[in-house]
Amino acid sequence: MAIESDVLVVGGGLAGLTGALSAAREGADVRLVSYKQSTLRQASGLVDVLGYTPDGDGPLTDPFAAIQSLPDSHPYRTVGVETVRDALSLFDEAVPTYEGGHTDANALLPTHGGTVKPTARYPAGASAGLASDDRDTLLVGVEEMVDFDAPHVAAHLGAAGVPFDVRGETIRFPGDLRADAKVTRYAKLLDTNGEVAVRGRKVPARDALAQRVNPLLEGEARVGFPAILGDDEPGAIRAALGEKLGVDVFEVPMGPPSLPGLRLEDALFDALDAAGVSIETGNPVVDVDGDDRVERVFVEKNGARIPNSADQYVLATGGFVGKGIESDREGVSEPVFDCHVPHAEDRYDWFETELFGDHAFARYGVATDDDLRPLDASERPEFDNLRAAGSVLGGYDFAAEKSGSGVSIATGYAAGQRAAQEAR
Amino acid sequence: MGQTPHIAVIGGGSTGAGIARDLAMRGLDVTLVEQGNLTHGTTGRMHGLLHSGGRYAVSDQASARECIEENRVLRDIASHCVEMTGGLFVKRPEDSEEYFEEKLEGCRECDIPAEVVTGEEARQMEPHLAKDIDKAISVPDGAIDPFRLVVANAASAQEHGARIETHSKVTDLLVERGEIVGIEVEHGSGPGKRVHGTAGGTEEIRADYVVNATGAWAGRIGDMADLDIEVRPSKGVMTIMNIRQVDTVINRCRPKGDADIVVPHETTAILGTTDEEVEDPEDYPEEQWEVDMMIDTLSELIPMLQEARTIRSFWGVRPLYEPPGVGSTDPTDITRDFFLLDHEERDDLPGMTSIVGGKFTTYRMMGEQISDHVCGKFGIDADCRTADVPLPGSEDFSVLRDYMDEFGLRSPIGRRSVERLGSRADEVLKTDGPNPTVCECEGVTRAEIHDAIEGSGSDLNAVRIRTRASMGNCQGGFCSHRMASELHAEYDEAVVREAWDELLQERWKGQRHALWGEQLSQAALNYALHATTQNRDRDPADGDPVDFSAFDAGRSRAGGVADADVAADGGTDGD
Ligand SMILES: Cc1cc2nc3c(=O)[nH]c(=O)nc-3n(C[C@H](O)[C@H](O)[C@H](O)COP(=O)(O)OP(=O)(O)OC[C@H]3O[C@@H](n4cnc5c(N)ncnc54)[C@H](O)[C@@H]3O)c2cc1C
Ligand SMILES: Cc1cc2nc3c(=O)[nH]c(=O)nc-3n(C[C@H](O)[C@H](O)[C@H](O)COP(=O)(O)OP(=O)(O)OC[C@H]3O[C@@H](n4cnc5c(N)ncnc54)[C@H](O)[C@@H]3O)c2cc1C
Repeated sequence: MAIESDVLVVGGGLAGLTGALSAAREGADVRLVSYKQSTLRQASGLVDVLGYTPDGDGPLTDPFAAIQSLPDSHPYRTVGVETVRDALSLFDEAVPTYEGGHTDANALLPTHGGTVKPTARYPAGASAGLASDDRDTLLVGVEEMVDFDAPHVAAHLGAAGVPFDVRGETIRFPGDLRADAKVTRYAKLLDTNGEVAVRGRKVPARDALAQRVNPLLEGEARVGFPAILGDDEPGAIRAALGEKLGVDVFEVPMGPPSLPGLRLEDALFDALDAAGVSIETGNPVVDVDGDDRVERVFVEKNGARIPNSADQYVLATGGFVGKGIESDREGVSEPVFDCHVPHAEDRYDWFETELFGDHAFARYGVATDDDLRPLDASERPEFDNLRAAGSVLGGYDFAAEKSGSGVSIATGYAAGQRAAQEAR
Repeated sequence: MGQTPHIAVIGGGSTGAGIARDLAMRGLDVTLVEQGNLTHGTTGRMHGLLHSGGRYAVSDQASARECIEENRVLRDIASHCVEMTGGLFVKRPEDSEEYFEEKLEGCRECDIPAEVVTGEEARQMEPHLAKDIDKAISVPDGAIDPFRLVVANAASAQEHGARIETHSKVTDLLVERGEIVGIEVEHGSGPGKRVHGTAGGTEEIRADYVVNATGAWAGRIGDMADLDIEVRPSKGVMTIMNIRQVDTVINRCRPKGDADIVVPHETTAILGTTDEEVEDPEDYPEEQWEVDMMIDTLSELIPMLQEARTIRSFWGVRPLYEPPGVGSTDPTDITRDFFLLDHEERDDLPGMTSIVGGKFTTYRMMGEQISDHVCGKFGIDADCRTADVPLPGSEDFSVLRDYMDEFGLRSPIGRRSVERLGSRADEVLKTDGPNPTVCECEGVTRAEIHDAIEGSGSDLNAVRIRTRASMGNCQGGFCSHRMASELHAEYDEAVVREAWDELLQERWKGQRHALWGEQLSQAALNYALHATTQNRDRDPADGDPVDFSAFDAGRSRAGGVADADVAADGGTDGD
């Protein structure tokens, strides 16, 4: 007997999680199967909707207004701007620790590379760092941490023309963390507020950190740290530091492993639990049964192939990064349902010579009909009951446009909702 | 002559750096000029094989003898740049038995230690060799790091008083009264170390003698004084794998052919190569079929290469030279030997000798011969010491200590740093501050990066070749911005930004030939890290000013809340 549900979502990244949530909200019985950690571990945790047009114009102040002028093949055009708004409303409700929903305008956030970038939703922990807020800023880096060099980031932000004064200082982090300690080590120390030795005395870590930063302040109203301020208790840590320093505290998102991304993943898993979705992680879907319709999929677990069947399926296995799209010297493919992935025949046409050229590979993924159903080479749906969402979709370059999480949320929402409606 | 002669050496490859060191050690005044970084030319784009001579044991025994001789010398004077992997000439069933015997005989004639091993023994040494390998000949091939070797030669030359100018291009030869009396140089960023954004300028460097060691470019230097130097540039491709499928150099035992050698190099294995004549050493096609051929043909020796991950490919041009009148049509027939062209004897134009042809493995010997030649011109009687005095980094350095405790480094990283730095490890790694890892793939720490910056100015590609930072699996995806930040400790943000962009672009260049499978996924991840997380592709510091007031200033900032219906065309007009 197969494990059964109304809707089966394959892939537990932003798209799959949003899809499962929206299907559950529609009243469907939903199951989600996901293999490894999602791209959120790598991603900054910011939710970009649209920062630049495909031609590179921007930064856009209003992403929603710009959606109408995107090409027809863009996933946002497939679902429509109203669906994008509805999807973000669901997101705002499911993840109350995020901000940005009070306006249609994009926010500009400082990056750990020293630029600013347009985004639509940001964690509360980043909100005091907005670049359109004109309060002077102190950035504090940690000597041992090579991913965030505060003086460099500050100087670069200055060159980017931010409307405030910004300085960078570097401190030795309190406590004896090794030179190569992972960000999670810093986070844990602050989460537990464990005691660290400071000149022979034991001091709670948050106090010790504030003591290091205090003498460096020159009247700035806000202080930015790399995103290491706690995994479980980021709000409390920021509040404690803010109080001791008499400033607003914020985090600047960083690369992998990204705590803001992991916190977002946790928040969405909590929302799925609350919505009664059944979740299985750690095992891949390896095979599929069915012709015009998907009959069942097989999940590999400890060497056994366990059938899972559902009325409707959502494919949300990610793009090249999440391994939902694969390639070899001969071509590009979608390995789970073997959906067609349009691509140039010659692999030297997959990329441009320029580093940030208009790379074709960045837009590779499945193409769909208006109902998000993947199309085969002759433009017919691969399966009647399969929809695709997130970065497994083609037709957009999320890195250039700054639209990654937005497309995943919007298409995940739409795919989940439609799957649930059809399963009834 | 009374005064110490001043020699201008053109070309910062292995040949030029070797000559500069030799002449400087003999007490001459030396200025070396190189248009790019050290190793900018062929030396930075070669296979990394420290030849035993085995490859030439049948076809070119003179070269083979030179190779084994220099192989022994370099193991001594450059121990920190050499890994004695050993090599095998592997025979497949379809390869000629007769040639195998000739190879063995040839090695013995040239004094190259060579032994026959059975197919089974070969597979015990290298388990990924194909099952149907007949047998093999083992020889003392090794792997050598051209970057560190050239840098060490230049450093030694400098210690002996030489002036080293990188990013300085020779634009003319100064000819006065029928004699070459110096060079005209265009500095990329002013004399001394390279700093981005510093104005360059032209300099006339007068010299008592000029040595043209520009390899495949030698003809162009010749043209500046109407000299004909018939270099025949021949390109070859090399494809880098992400791991070492083999720890021994694997050669195919057959007469000549493309794609017949795999060299383990640091964390990678490098497949090569081809041999095809090109017109222009800087502008030639780099093609897909060449990469495919490396993988497909070498899979006959090591089947797992078929499915393995490659991280990039690169091409180099051999500076082959053939004396007038030989007329080989196939570049593989051109001798690998080197030639001194004294333009006084040859063209009646005193003041310069060109050195062409040769190999990396024999660079020191080439340096010795031309230094003898130059000293002869000035009646100087000074012994060559380059075969006896170790290079900086290789001085009494016998045991690799476990530096973990001493430098607080995680053990494998400590070991690799010490292997790279050799006897300079103490000097470089003993720092006051914490010494975190900057490049995880290659285990390069902050202290090594700063040491390289000290030696090479604001040039991150120069830091890269000195340290290997950004040369591993991720190809700079995770560490380029970190390297840039380390540079910011010494240089302004604008200088750093330029150096950073240059590094990213250079890293992209070679990866383009590896974009499928895991490396394409890696490239997609790197692209997301750089363009999405860092917004490096639309850096407002490089572009139009941004109207910050048109964007969200936060829910809680009174008056800061942006209007919901601002124009969609962005705030690019900066009022
Ligand atoms: C480095 C980086 C930085 C980014 N920064 C930003 C940013 O700042 N702002 C922004 O808006 N967006 C950003 N993005 C983009 C955004 O994170 C992604 O677009 C989005 O997370 C993709 O979500 P997804 O659900 O489509 O795919 P993924 O997150 O890749 O999830 C796919 C999931 O499917 C699972 N899976 C794959 N195959 C199988 C299988 N056979 N069986 C079961 N499960 C399977 C995977 O294990 C994974 O958990 C960034 C992306 C990257 C890579
Ligand atoms: C594919 C390939 C694989 C090889 N593999 C091996 C191997 O495994 N082992 C081995 O021993 N040998 C190998 N070789 C041969 C070896 O790489 C070369 O013989 C050697 O590196 C040549 O060094 P060079 O200093 O003479 O030339 P180069 O390294 O080319 O140096 C010449 C320098 O002159 C500079 N220059 C040119 N014009 C000017 C100017 N106007 N002003 C200032 N500077 C200028 C260039 O920028 C360049 O850096 C290989 C060669 C190729 C092509």
